[in-house]
Amino acid sequence: MKQLKYLLQKEFLQIRRDKTIFKMIIALPVIQLLILPWAATFEQHNISLGVVNNDRGTYSRRLIEKVVSSGYFKLTGYFTSYEQALKAIETDEADLLLEIPGHFEDNFVRQQQTDVMLSVNAVNGQKAGLGASYLGQIIADFNRDVILQQGIQLDLVNLINVMPYFKYNTEMNYRNFMVPGILVMLLTLIGLVLSSMNIVKEKEIGTIEQINVTPVSKFTFILAKLIPFIIIGLVLLTIGLFIARLVYGIFPVGNILLIYLFALFYLSAFLGAGLVISTYSNTQQQAMFVAVFFMIIFLLLSGLFTPVSSMPEWAQTITIFNPIRYFVEVIRLIFMKGSRLMDILPQLGAIIGFALFFNTWAIMNYKKTS
Amino acid sequence: MNSAITTENLTKQFGDFTAVDRISFEVAKGEIFGFLGANGAGKTTAMRMLCGLLSPTSGKGTVAGFDIYKQSDNIKRNIGYMSQKFSLYEDLSVAENMRLFGGIYGMNSKAIASKTDESLRELELTNDRNTRVKSLPSGIKQKVSFAVSIFHTPEIVFLDEPTGGVDPIARRKFWEMIYHAAEKGITVFVTTHYMDEAEYCNRVSIMVDGKIDALDSPEKLKNTFMASSMDEVFQSLARKAKNS
Amino acid sequence: MKRFSSFIKKEFLHIFRDIRTMMMLLAMPVILLILFGFAIRTEIMNTPFAVLDESKSASSRQIIERMSGSRYFDLQKNPDNFNEIEKSFRKGEIKLAVIIPEDFSDDLYRTGTGNIQLSADASDPNEASIVTSYVQQILMRHQQSLMKEDKIPYTIRTEVKMLYNPQLVSAYNFVPGIMGLVLMLICAMVTSISIVREKEQGTMEILLVSPVKPVFIVLSKAIPYLLIAFLDVVLILLISNNILHVPIAGNIFLILFLSTLFILSALSLGMLISSVTKTQQAAMLMSGAGLMLPTILLSGLIFPVENMPVLLQLISNIIPAKWFITAIKDVMIKGLGFFSIWQELSILLGMTFFLLVVSIKQFKNRL
Repeated sequence: MKQLKYLLQKEFLQIRRDKTIFKMIIALPVIQLLILPWAATFEQHNISLGVVNNDRGTYSRRLIEKVVSSGYFKLTGYFTSYEQALKAIETDEADLLLEIPGHFEDNFVRQQQTDVMLSVNAVNGQKAGLGASYLGQIIADFNRDVILQQGIQLDLVNLINVMPYFKYNTEMNYRNFMVPGILVMLLTLIGLVLSSMNIVKEKEIGTIEQINVTPVSKFTFILAKLIPFIIIGLVLLTIGLFIARLVYGIFPVGNILLIYLFALFYLSAFLGAGLVISTYSNTQQQAMFVAVFFMIIFLLLSGLFTPVSSMPEWAQTITIFNPIRYFVEVIRLIFMKGSRLMDILPQLGAIIGFALFFNTWAIMNYKKTS
Repeated sequence: MNSAITTENLTKQFGDFTAVDRISFEVAKGEIFGFLGANGAGKTTAMRMLCGLLSPTSGKGTVAGFDIYKQSDNIKRNIGYMSQKFSLYEDLSVAENMRLFGGIYGMNSKAIASKTDESLRELELTNDRNTRVKSLPSGIKQKVSFAVSIFHTPEIVFLDEPTGGVDPIARRKFWEMIYHAAEKGITVFVTTHYMDEAEYCNRVSIMVDGKIDALDSPEKLKNTFMASSMDEVFQSLARKAKNS
Repeated sequence: MKRFSSFIKKEFLHIFRDIRTMMMLLAMPVILLILFGFAIRTEIMNTPFAVLDESKSASSRQIIERMSGSRYFDLQKNPDNFNEIEKSFRKGEIKLAVIIPEDFSDDLYRTGTGNIQLSADASDPNEASIVTSYVQQILMRHQQSLMKEDKIPYTIRTEVKMLYNPQLVSAYNFVPGIMGLVLMLICAMVTSISIVREKEQGTMEILLVSPVKPVFIVLSKAIPYLLIAFLDVVLILLISNNILHVPIAGNIFLILFLSTLFILSALSLGMLISSVTKTQQAAMLMSGAGLMLPTILLSGLIFPVENMPVLLQLISNIIPAKWFITAIKDVMIKGLGFFSIWQELSILLGMTFFLLVVSIKQFKNRL
């Protein structure tokens, strides 16, 4: 174990000496944490709306006013014909096209039933659906307003009233949700790059041979690689928590030490995975490809961007074997809901299992003898 | 037990290719043993088996009294190794490299400190104590590399082509260091393909195509082959190999 | 020229010898397409929820049945009290709790209005608001089925036409995004690393003392990746057309031309990175964290760009992938022609030219 001390000294010296890497380790996550949370939002407002109004009545004008003032839509302009408006959709100036026919008011007043046409740029299906349903709701509201103004008493019996309460994030701020998640992503990215390229770098340079003829045990060697990265990871986590607090005003509701505890095992788990990749690779290039390859897949299947519960069954099964998923889940639980140790025991157990599994694998696969 | 190294029919095969073919020899303690042969003759493979970097296919062997199959950890504790490829940490300084390897071999801080001073003095590098290895000229790097490999005073040191790519004057100086180490009682096992260097060894073995063709002191070999230099000895062995 | 081609041959050998890398470069787009096509849904489904039914009436049971029967919800728990709900939230087991009060049924039939409380986990505000609107829709339909009278005066019917993508297939949106991501990854990241690798190993010097101009050496490294990237484009188009059923509405040659231009811009970005970094790790960090993440996030692959703060939208303009994705959507999905995308094309062309000039200058200065 005394050997460990000397190996650790060496690893730290090497990290400190490589100025470019050292700067990047610190600067990249900070910059990204400042920028990315603003980009990661699903909130849909400012959907651009084009209007073709063939009707000259007051109802149509009131309807358009209501739509524009709802806050979901941004009026791009009025068009004289459908063809002209379609051009605006082709050039992405408008996402939605509301067309009011010439007989709108006439039908509305006389037959008490009229229609409008809605054309949606549906290349992005989700956005299209959302836009259409917003507009549908506004039109339904408008409907009700007119009915109430006309003083018609509707015999709506059995009205079920829904009273929603938005727990844990009453102001519905999407950044409260994304900042902790992005923090996990950045930790993972930096850690995986450093660890997966590390051992293979020594292979490429040839220094590993010099270590292999010494009596250093495989366990000590891997541990000496692991510990510096864990420390870097925890430092980055701390910086990230500060940024979350200072820039976004977000602070974990739960115990911050619990985050550190979980991070400790999480870091050991995926750094171990990085070292496994490193022991299998012959060149840094190869190690990096494999690392990036798995990372993209695991990130997308982690629930960071889209909820795990919405994935199909088979994909949810895959996420059981995804360490990133557990940390994303847990950091959000602690940050937003103040979950306690007892609440996150299953995830903690899983991550400890991963840590043991990957590091044992790395130790087994690191061969001192060929 | 007076042998530092013994082997008996030691063999290494890579698929169909036999890199090392049933070699048997002994190296006495304190000896400078030259392991000669052309490139690809199997020198490095044999050496890597002795150091525990490669497992043998068959045959027996001991290093420092330990079995190369079962006790490779014990062997590693008692040997030093300098590889063909320069392999110190270039981003660490001379003293930091010494400290690292001293620590790995279990020396305590005090011993490391005094030994570092001593080594730097011998290397005449006292002023370069904190110089990064990567900014040293290649001849000096090789000397530092050797100093690091015997830093923990091992019983045996294995040197794989230590003077490759170094000019003749630097090579002479390097051999002075080897003698100096041998005087301290370190057994030196050195591979080289410079035949003139063979003259510096106590005994040499000459490997051709994975087999040891000759093994004796340089003087006796020259007599046997009626040659004036080791180079001629080697030439006649090589010719014989081609004829057969 | 002969020397140049021998350099290119050398690069191809490097790539083909390394089968693992080769596989990775070709498998990456396939796996991404499958993941986005079948595993990742931006649509919220199967939301785990709990019901605390204090009413225990026929009408409350009907509502619960309707909800659990919907594909949007997945009933996890029937807790007895609020504490249990709280616990399930903290463990992350449920995302929604429906609380039906004791007097729900009585109120509904006596006063005509019954109240239901929803407690949504708004850690993810997007999910929470969508989930609550699902509940409202389900309840509305439930009400309608209970209502006898269905003729309401003054109604406006909305006729909705979904242009370009009537089925609202999500693949229409992500295929262009994935093309952008994969090409950026292969061209910028892989190329920069393979150049820096030679620098790190010292083999670059050997190449540079040869009579071939440095520019050609760098180009010879880029050409094999250009071909692989092109192969990936074809692969993506084939898979998205045949497996994900995304039609190619526009001119295929225009698509290939556009892709080639984008590949060139990404390659020159890779060269620029390799000229300013010294180690593979540094190049990797720079292209990975500096290019990959912004490309995923700012290109509209997952998150819509229109809703980002203006400053970020401005930043997203310097990302070549953004222009490529906009243009490829226009051609591939909307079926527009050359004249609709000439702006994007000229921006990409300008970027490529600029990056190329800067990186060649950098190379001359450094080597």
